[in-house]
Amino acid sequence: MNMVLPRFSVQKSLAWWPAVLLAALVCAAVFAPVLAPLDPDRQNLLGRLKVPGYESRGVTYWLGTDELGRDILSRLIYGARISISVAVLSVLLSGIVGVAVGMLAGYLRGWWETLLMRLVDIFLSIPAILLAIITVAVLGPGFFNVVIVLTLTRWPRYARVAYGQTLSVGKRPFVTLSQAMGGSVPRVLWVHILPNIIGPVLVVATLEFGLMVLFEAGLSFLGLGVQPPTASWGAMLSTGRNYVATAWWIATFPGLGLFLLVLSANLIGDRLSDTIGKGR
Amino acid sequence: MRLFLLNRLFQACTTAFGVLTLVFFIQRLTGDPTALLLPETATQEDFEAMRKTLGFDRPLIEQYLSFLGDMVQFDLGKSFIQNAPVAEILASRIPQTLQLAGGALVVAFAIGLPLGAIMALQRGKWISRWIMGFVLACQSMPTFWSGIMMIMVFGVWLKWLPPSGTGTLAHLVMPSIALGLLSLATYARITRSAVVDELGRDYIRSARARGVKTPRLVGKHLLRNSAIPVISITALEVSQLLAGAVIVETVFAWPGLGQLTVQSIASRDFAVVQAVVLLGAWVTIFANLLADILYSIIDPRVRLGTSL
Repeated sequence: MNMVLPRFSVQKSLAWWPAVLLAALVCAAVFAPVLAPLDPDRQNLLGRLKVPGYESRGVTYWLGTDELGRDILSRLIYGARISISVAVLSVLLSGIVGVAVGMLAGYLRGWWETLLMRLVDIFLSIPAILLAIITVAVLGPGFFNVVIVLTLTRWPRYARVAYGQTLSVGKRPFVTLSQAMGGSVPRVLWVHILPNIIGPVLVVATLEFGLMVLFEAGLSFLGLGVQPPTASWGAMLSTGRNYVATAWWIATFPGLGLFLLVLSANLIGDRLSDTIGKGR
Repeated sequence: MRLFLLNRLFQACTTAFGVLTLVFFIQRLTGDPTALLLPETATQEDFEAMRKTLGFDRPLIEQYLSFLGDMVQFDLGKSFIQNAPVAEILASRIPQTLQLAGGALVVAFAIGLPLGAIMALQRGKWISRWIMGFVLACQSMPTFWSGIMMIMVFGVWLKWLPPSGTGTLAHLVMPSIALGLLSLATYARITRSAVVDELGRDYIRSARARGVKTPRLVGKHLLRNSAIPVISITALEVSQLLAGAVIVETVFAWPGLGQLTVQSIASRDFAVVQAVVLLGAWVTIFANLLADILYSIIDPRVRLGTSL
């Protein structure tokens, strides 16, 4: 018995690693000014493209330097800020818009349903990254434009889920009762429908978070995201691509950061969907 | 059957029409699309001249109607930068992108399907957990990162494969894998859940009771019946692959539609960007329509509207 117990707790705590990893990355983003060893934008033209572990004048560049001699580790930590804040904002905004549209369509039915859900179909039939690219090309790059574009591109996904869920919840007795007692549309939606559909919406939101991180990095990679010199993982990768033969570390680390961030979000989303799926 | 087809066709047409409208208005989000077409050094006169030639000085509704008119005749316009019809420019790039998408589909199918089937058949065993981990990793991998890493390892260090460009089959290997990874994850998941669903059915139990051996059971009974969801997901994957190609083609300097899009944005060749977006949407709509029709042929319950 004594032999078994510790192994069990190790296994249980191991199951939490995606959450721990995600929390660590979020902390890195929030406390970037404290954690980053150097100014992420400080250039050192004498120390360009140095290997990880390079030391100069008492400063260690743990992950090496980029083509302008900036510290990769510091840029990585600051880059987490962009990835996470863009993803969080766009998930929130697209979630709010999408859920509102989906609930209205599923609850009001009739003309509203046809109109709104046709709109959803139209948005979903343009491959998301192409829609994002054309919109960003029109609006111009930049932090808030990327958030707006991602919101515009992704709200239909939530609308679909919220719509389907509302259809099934809307027929339940407590909804009919509230209607009969004169509950207004916003009240019924807010008090009775939303709490009952929020589970599946959250699952989508977690999975979408990972996707948003990838989209933001993809746009930055193409030069359409947050503009230099602001550190962003996608843009770092795009520089790193030009140095694959000479400086492997430039592209490797930001990509690893992206991979771990998205992986932890996806693992959490997967587990959430298992739990919520079982609960019903 | 005919009613179902007509209905679906009508829906596809309205969606295509909606996409046109959406793209038209997105381009006018900033008020004046002229700025998208001219280089930053253009003078005020250039702007006026461009506005006149393209008719941006006309009322919005008139512009919209003439835009629709052109599109109905499949006239995608002319590129001012490359001085050639947009349709011709696209046509010259389509074969490359098709090649890449085909390669990616092969990768996704050849690896995703068996992995999904193994996960379903070995449910709860360690092997299925490891495969699931692998699938999740594929899903979380930014294509531009896996692409760059492959170039570094196999192209630069080991020199097994050409790092970028096109021409031989060897050139196709890395881009196909990079693009195929995400679809691989989708196929593995869909196959897994389809096979799990089928495993629970009576015919499987009775076949087992008759003493049918597992390989035969899987090959003859299971996979055939699990095929429907896999077929229908392919329609959705086609548009995913088209979109993914934008990034993969940039990474590998692959001269397809994706690279064209990125180059056209850089050179402010908006007619081309718009055409690629429309093409992507039309392909998606058409693929969905096709999947629905196939679906209704395979499973009559779909067209009759009875619940599955």
